[in-house]
Amino acid sequence: MNESENKKWIFIGMFAFVGIAFLAKLSVLQIFDPTYKQIANANAIRKLTQYPARGYILDRNGEVLVYNEVSYDLMVVPAELGAPLDTMALCGLADIDIADFRKNLQNIQDQVKARKLGKSTPSPVVKQMSKLEVATLEERMYEFPAFFLQPRILRRYPKPIAANILGYISEVDDKKLKEDPYYRPGDYIGNTGIEKSYEEVLRGKKGVKNIFVDNKGNPHGSYMNGQYDTASVAGQNLTSTLDILIQEYGEKLMAHKKGAIVAIEPESGEILAMVTAPSYDPNLLVGRGIRKNYGKLVMDHNLPLFNRAIMDGYPPGSTFKLLNAAIGLQLGVLTPATRYPCGGGFRVGGHVVGCHSHPGPPDLLFSIQTSCNSYYCAAFRDIVNHGRNTEEGYITWRKYITAFGLGTNFPDSDIPNVKSGLVPQTTFYDKWYGRGKWKPTTIISLGIGQGELKVNALQLANMTAALANGGWWITPHLGKKVDNESIRLFKRNETGINPEYIGIVKEGMQRVMTGGTGRGAQIPGVTSGGKTGTAQNPHGEDHSVFVCFAPADKPKIAVAVLVENAGFGATWAGPIASLMIEKYLFREVKRPDLEKRIMEGVLIKPDPASPTIKPSQL
Amino acid sequence: MARRDTHIDWLMIVLYLFIVFFGWMNVYAASQMESNGEFFSLSTSYGRQLLWIGISLAAAFGIMFFNSYFFSAFAYPIYGLALLFLGGVLIVGQAVAGSKSWFVITESLKFQPSEFGKFATALVMAKFMGEKSFSFGGPGSTLFHFFDLPVKLSREGFFALALFFVPAALILLENDTGSTIAFAALFLVFYREGFTGLVLVYALLAVVLLISTVLVDKFIIIAVVLGIAALLALLLRRSRGLMALAILSGVVFSGYVYGTDYLINNVLQKHQRDRILVLVGKVKDPKGVEYNVNQSKIAIGSGGLVGKGYLEGTQTRYRFVPKQYTDFIFSAVGEEWGFLGASLLILAYIGLLSRIVLNAERQKSRFSRIYGYGVASILFAHITINIGMCIGLVPTIGIPLPMFSYGGSSLFSFTILIFTFIKLDSKRSAILS
Ligand SMILES: [Zn+2]
Repeated sequence: MNESENKKWIFIGMFAFVGIAFLAKLSVLQIFDPTYKQIANANAIRKLTQYPARGYILDRNGEVLVYNEVSYDLMVVPAELGAPLDTMALCGLADIDIADFRKNLQNIQDQVKARKLGKSTPSPVVKQMSKLEVATLEERMYEFPAFFLQPRILRRYPKPIAANILGYISEVDDKKLKEDPYYRPGDYIGNTGIEKSYEEVLRGKKGVKNIFVDNKGNPHGSYMNGQYDTASVAGQNLTSTLDILIQEYGEKLMAHKKGAIVAIEPESGEILAMVTAPSYDPNLLVGRGIRKNYGKLVMDHNLPLFNRAIMDGYPPGSTFKLLNAAIGLQLGVLTPATRYPCGGGFRVGGHVVGCHSHPGPPDLLFSIQTSCNSYYCAAFRDIVNHGRNTEEGYITWRKYITAFGLGTNFPDSDIPNVKSGLVPQTTFYDKWYGRGKWKPTTIISLGIGQGELKVNALQLANMTAALANGGWWITPHLGKKVDNESIRLFKRNETGINPEYIGIVKEGMQRVMTGGTGRGAQIPGVTSGGKTGTAQNPHGEDHSVFVCFAPADKPKIAVAVLVENAGFGATWAGPIASLMIEKYLFREVKRPDLEKRIMEGVLIKPDPASPTIKPSQL
Repeated sequence: MARRDTHIDWLMIVLYLFIVFFGWMNVYAASQMESNGEFFSLSTSYGRQLLWIGISLAAAFGIMFFNSYFFSAFAYPIYGLALLFLGGVLIVGQAVAGSKSWFVITESLKFQPSEFGKFATALVMAKFMGEKSFSFGGPGSTLFHFFDLPVKLSREGFFALALFFVPAALILLENDTGSTIAFAALFLVFYREGFTGLVLVYALLAVVLLISTVLVDKFIIIAVVLGIAALLALLLRRSRGLMALAILSGVVFSGYVYGTDYLINNVLQKHQRDRILVLVGKVKDPKGVEYNVNQSKIAIGSGGLVGKGYLEGTQTRYRFVPKQYTDFIFSAVGEEWGFLGASLLILAYIGLLSRIVLNAERQKSRFSRIYGYGVASILFAHITINIGMCIGLVPTIGIPLPMFSYGGSSLFSFTILIFTFIKLDSKRSAILS
């Protein structure tokens, strides 16, 4: 062998070196590094989310308030957008706004270019079209191979009522996505109302289907025969406490007015009706129109998206005297025989809290019946002075007031976003007047439900229910049953007032209805107890307030009505409460003239651009 | 064929057939989604590939009936024709993926003259250097003295190099990195035939320094290069020539490092620079230039030890590896046949290469030997670059895996290349010239 021939070993050595290098690298890739197997699965296996049907929302008698309808999103797969697209034809087939369509499509393509969106990931170009809208397009989908229709679930409302109470669903936001791993971008979530508080019940459980996909995202059958798939679980139906009959009726009564009605079944705390006016058709915030309609509703100066039944509220006016009477009795400051003089008003320094003319001096029952201001100024003064000092006396008084649910937001309730209103703490007045520098007489207007107090219709209705029950109440709530299982989450709250004293107050409330300010609100065929109120409004006409329960002996319903800018409580709020109770107890109303007057009464200036409900639509 | 002086090496044929049919199986796996139900349809990639296998085998069979003197006799005309094609493609050829290296007859019938050029140049080098009198540095070939070292290059040696460099220059002009490197591999043959190995050492050094330049600061590298050069100069101080050579090399490589750094940052086109940066791991870009290689590594890596089974590879079946049935066909092997299958294929290739080299050395005819080395060198370059690319050891360079990748003209060319050697080898006892 010469030197040249020996070079063959150099060549073979070279080959062997490369071969060994390859085997070494292959062993790393294939045997020692497990990440490639995971990435390969991520490539070829797509987890398809199986969306469960959202549960229905029913009224207390099983009538449907919210159901589902299939809607369609027009999806595009950007990678398949090849040939020039006949946008005109596509949009024409489903009555799609061409400008919107072009904008959305461009947006998707920009995101693909920026590599924020996979080329093969389907994205919605037009969302939430109804079955009717896509009917023509569906037949001709084959002409647009880069597009397909993705069925989705759309909420529908058979009656255009209770919009603010039911709430609506919308795409989950970034904040929630970070908090809760259940949600994925594009998922829908209950945003307000019952949809929000019962989200976990209504949404059900998403399922996953593992399928093979190719590099373009086309499906190719199930992975491992569906071994790792999970079925979706349909959402549960929620039976609410609402009674569709009086809910709808209340909304009709409140047409063209601003205000709220809350009706509660006293013994259960179940909310029978929660009306806020003006309102809107919940079907407006569904599907394609949502953005446009939402914008208009937000701009409406009458604030139809605002739930007035649970807002911070107004001074309760004379309805508050009921609590002062009860507290006075409980503390022994008052007895049914206690009389205070009323010479047309209560004098505090140089200031007079006026009263209307009535026979006097009234005793306790008559003071409720005639709503004597002087009586309750004096009673409040004595209640606070009953303590060792003003501060202690006030704290005791306030404890009883909040025990009726005023100044609280019912934290254990299922009604989202209830406002607490305001029953000031001592610190409030300390800040205002200085510690030790205020006396009962300084804040005497609290005696007659004016001043700094703020309460809402829910709190007033609850207070009335507590009185109707004889001194206790169940946290007011909107959920009754999940599927067939009763919800028993809401606790019984004690006011700490002896039922006997409550009985005296109730007696006074009955007299209001038979011989007092509530005479015009009497309900034919049933005894009731009520109280008028007028919330002073420094910005305009006073707000009209009325609370009422019936039947007097065994209360089935407690109602609070608040009508803004309606003047004296007996004019609007009283008749509305009366009609609501009649409708609830007898399922029909036999006072068509009164009904007509209330329904046709216009107390607000409607926003002509706003899609709020006209009475004729109800 | 079955004459007494004919000794066909069946091992080479078996290895060839194994590679070809295993290749087709994998092309089928990677393109089965094209299937329209008809197995032998020419509208599918695997259908066309099967046709080309038939044509190639027919050609191989035909070659065995050629007179073995034919190749030696027609080496020059074949070479001339190749130069004509290589020149012609620069004028009338069509650019495919940025390289003007194809004669496109129809979409599925393309011809790359560089494939033919490799065959022709291997033949002509064998013919020219096969002359008994050929030597790179015979008596009287000294050009000049570098200190005490004579620098020799005979006239025929110079001419042999020219036969290589003329087609090499034409291929370089096609702007096709893969073809150029594959062709350049023929230079290994010169080394076997007595040309100094220093050139190969320098070429290897140049590649190592190129990669280092990307990774490390250029001044550190220059310091190391000069340090090693000084050390070598010290060790080689017996010969002033070697000492001077070491110093000169140190200086030249320092300049090379400096120039390369400038070249990478200022002259290379972006995609070329990116490929180098991604390969050495300096840049992470899984969606961009790294994408193809990444998908290939994912497919191979997911195969594990024994693979997912034939036609069961999800990455292969659902086409996640771009260009899989051409340049990235090795990833289909890796995924479906696993480490064992991939190793078997690598062993088959290394076995074939080694067999060719060993067979070449037993030729009585210098022509046959030199041609054999040419064949081995070309195959070696293709295999190293292609598999290296698929597993992420070599930058992305579009070059087929011999006899394995989809592509008729490539399969046909390699078949001619190899069977010409098999034919020559079968007459190894004869002296051709
Ligand atoms: Zn009075």
